[in-house]
Order: sequence, then C-alpha cells, then structure tokens
Amino acid sequence: MSLLELHAVSKRFGGLIANQDVSFAVDAGQIVGLIGPNGAGKTTAFNCVAGYYAPSAGRITLGGQTISGLAPEACARAGVGRTFQVARTFTSMTAGENVLAAALLRHRRVGAAREQASRWLEFVGLERLAERPAGSLTISEQRRMAVARALATEPRVLLMDEVMAGLNPSEVREMVVVVLKIRERGIACLVVEHVLEGIMPIADRIVVLDRGVKIADGTPAEVSSDAAVISAYLGDA
Amino acid sequence: MSRTAWLRLAVLAAALAAPFVVADASHLNLLILVLMAAQLGVAWNLLGGYAGQVSLGHAAFYGIGAYTSTLLLLNFGVNPWLGMLAGGAAAALLSVAFGWSCFRLKGHYFAMATIAVAEIVQIVFTNWEYGGAAVGLTIPMSHDGWAWMVFAEKRPYYWIALGLLLATLAATAIVERCHIGYYLRAIKDEPDAARSIGIDIKRYKQIALSLSAFFTALGGSFYAQKELYIDPGSVLSTALSIKMSLVAILGGIGAMFGPVAGAVVLTTIEEITRSVFGGSGRGTDTIIYAALIIAIAVFYPTGVLGWLRGRIARRNARRAHGARVEALR
Repeated sequence: MSLLELHAVSKRFGGLIANQDVSFAVDAGQIVGLIGPNGAGKTTAFNCVAGYYAPSAGRITLGGQTISGLAPEACARAGVGRTFQVARTFTSMTAGENVLAAALLRHRRVGAAREQASRWLEFVGLERLAERPAGSLTISEQRRMAVARALATEPRVLLMDEVMAGLNPSEVREMVVVVLKIRERGIACLVVEHVLEGIMPIADRIVVLDRGVKIADGTPAEVSSDAAVISAYLGDA
Repeated sequence: MSRTAWLRLAVLAAALAAPFVVADASHLNLLILVLMAAQLGVAWNLLGGYAGQVSLGHAAFYGIGAYTSTLLLLNFGVNPWLGMLAGGAAAALLSVAFGWSCFRLKGHYFAMATIAVAEIVQIVFTNWEYGGAAVGLTIPMSHDGWAWMVFAEKRPYYWIALGLLLATLAATAIVERCHIGYYLRAIKDEPDAARSIGIDIKRYKQIALSLSAFFTALGGSFYAQKELYIDPGSVLSTALSIKMSLVAILGGIGAMFGPVAGAVVLTTIEEITRSVFGGSGRGTDTIIYAALIIAIAVFYPTGVLGWLRGRIARRNARRAHGARVEALR
C-alpha cells in the first residue's frame, strides 16, 4: 500500500470532464511529478487530493484512510500540505508569522509554534527574513515561504503547484534543493509542473495527464521516450 | 518597563482621574459618550477588523443586551450587573443564528445580510408587547447606587464605561496574542490558504462574531442603565450599527486602539457640530458631520491611527536619516 493513492478519480464540472478515471500512487520519501500540457487536468487532480474539490467518482486514500470528500482544513489535519500557483501570502503578517500561523495546527501555544516556524524558515533558507513584512519578499522568496508554511503543518504528503514557474535558473536551483531536502525527511512530494526542466532531473516518477486522462506513468526516462507523451506535447505529426 | 508601557499606564491613570478634574456634567457626559463609542468600536473590530467581516447589523446585539438586562430587571428583579452578563450571553447565543445565516455569504453580500437580520430583530421588538413594543421600557430610579447600577450623578457611569472599554480591549489583546488572532488575520488575508493550513474558517469567524456580540451587548445593557429608557429606535436602529462600524473604520481597522482614536474623533465632531449647527431644524449639523466623515475617509484612508503611525514612522525615518548624514560628516 502506498502513502497516497488515487483510485479511478473522476471530476466533472457540468458537461466538462476535467479528470477521467485517474489512478496513481505516491510513496513516502518519493518525488512524483504530475505533468501535462495546458488544460490536462493537473490542478484539478491536485485540488481533489487537497480537498478543494470533491471527486465526482473514485476514491483517494492517505495511509489507507479515505480523504476524498473531506474539507481542505480536514485534509490538512489528516496530513496533506499544499502550496498554490500564486503564493497566497498572508500580507498583514511578517514572513515568520505566515509560517507560525501554519505551525499552530500542531502546536496550539504561540511560543511553541514560533519555535517551529523559525525551524522551517531556516529549512528553506529564509531565517534572516523572518521579521520582514511577508508582502515585501520577492516572488521566489514568497514561494519558498509558502513551502515552509505548508511544511509547518507537518504533512505526510506535500503538494506543490508550479513552485518553479516564473523563477530564474538560480532560483529554480534553490527550489530544487528545498524539494530534495523535503524528500530526505521522508515526506512524499507531488509536484505539478508545466515546465519540465525543473522536475525531470529530481523526480522519482512522473505521471502524465492529457485531456483529463492519465497517458503515462513511470521514471522520467521512460516517460520522456513514450510515444503518447511526445505526441501530447508536440501534437500528432 | 518599556516606554509604551509607561505611556499606557499614564493614560490609564489620567483616564481614571478625569472625573475629578472635569467638573462640568455635560463635558463629563461627552467623555462617557466617547468611552461608549470606543467600547462598541473595539467590540465591532473583533469581527470587522481582525476577521475582515464587515457587519452592519451589530445594533441587534446592542439591543439584545439592553432589552435582556432591562426585561430581567423589570419582570424578575434581576440585578443589572447579572442582567448585563445574561444580555452578553443571549447576544452570543443569537450570534450563532446570525453567523449560520450570514456566513454563507461573502464580502458585500455578508454586509447586506447583516443589515437584514438586524432589521428583523428591530421589527420584532417594535411589535412585541412584552418587550414594550414601540413605546419602549423605562427603568425606575427607586433603587440606586452601585448595586443597581443607577446613579443620580455622572461620575460612576464614567468609570463603568471605562471599565467596559478596558475589558473589551483586554479581550482583544488576548485574542490578538493567541492562535485565534493569527487565524483571523489569515482568514482575512487569504481564506483559501487559511484552509490549507488547517483553519476551519466558519468556526473561527463564529468565534470572532460571538465575542464581538457579547461585548456589544454589554455596551447595550450599560446604555439602558445610563439612560433609564430604551426603545427600538435608540438601541436597535441601523444608524447605530453604522456608527459602530464607522468608529472602527475611521479609527483604523484591525488595530487594537484604532476604534479608540476613531471614537474620540467621531464623537467630538458629532457633539461639536450638534452644539454649533444643531437646533436649526434643518439638519445642518448632520450635513457637516457627514462631510467631515467623508473628508477623513478620503484623506486618511488608513484611519486616524494609521495616519498617526505614518507620521511617527516618517519622523523617525527623517531623524535616522539626519543621524546618518551627521555620522558621515
């Protein structure tokens, strides 16, 4: 049994089928990339796992426990952490307080949560910015702060939605280091990426979606030589 | 002790001693009105400022407080101090129904729903015989003194109003420092991200609303004891709801002392315009009062407190800059 499992998950919005019978699994300490062209249904699948959508059909389990249909806050409690495409920073707070607010989930006392927060800020390399207003951080820093915030909920699986999009090459390298460190801690990572350069070298497995359907699932090498994947990305020749 | 702690202690001592210095009853009454407005603004701020849920129906809680303590006193002889707590509890209870119906809506729609709920409460009390209907209720002066919260002079009312304000500020300070404060700000800033870190949004909005309703109702009970007369127009009107939000918004939303600053400015303007331009019967005072409110909103969008803080920050920056220039020479 894997840590996170999707069993034939489908999600329909009226007549639009965003996900159709999508099944895959993520093990503890594994980085799984979820890729696919625009409109492939990556973010929809992601939102089903994090509780923002209830699947129309199918089942999602975390450690054997069904989490599909739970509210986002219940998913967070169960051990699903997530980041968003835009950082969704709490702008009335400092960077440290952003992470502190998340640490309160497992540590109700503010003092204890503050200690946890500074640990996670250090983990992503932002400890010197703890006292800064969060809105004044650069995009790259806010992305890493959002990762620290998600980690502070002490998740078993961390969902990262396009954390590398729009970053310059050196910022992508910083983020890659963070993702690798997260895997070292035994946390499962499910990474949605539109850009493949960041995720391909570090992923243990890649799941490819196209038009809501899973078309490939394997190591990065297997997937990048798969005929269906090539035609999905480049179009049918 | 830090400088701000000393400053706060000095302000508190001055506030406690004020009734001994201010001899004129009408001046003391103005101070009481400021304290009452500040207390309501601080209570409103718990929901409107910290959780970002703008309520224009808080008069419902104020009225519930006033009516609960007064009805308990008139019909069952219940001591007003206990009646005040009962009023707070009743308002906190009503706020669950209020939240259940209104928190389904967001932003402007939430604000509109709160007006509707408050209107319903007002209509119920206007037509309810037991509650005095449109005629209202009068509290007799037969029992007076601290035990019955009825006084012939103004000074005790001043101290009670000050006590209520301090209690509401203390509750705000506790909320601000514990997990609830962080959760409310997270909900206000980014509700979706707040859910992703495990915050049950409805639950925490309701906690903020219940606390806010409780303290607003205490203010209502106090009003009843001070005026010894209540009717739907004086304790349940929409104008009252708007005033509570104005005090907080003009003072500085989401900051602990913002509504206090707002109450000082707003109540002073209100009373001055009334004494200078009132009595003409043409509503000149109201027009000028409204114009001044618009001016504050336009020129000081962060509120009176935000403007003061900005000034202090700029002054400090100038001084720091001057010191750096000196050091370079």
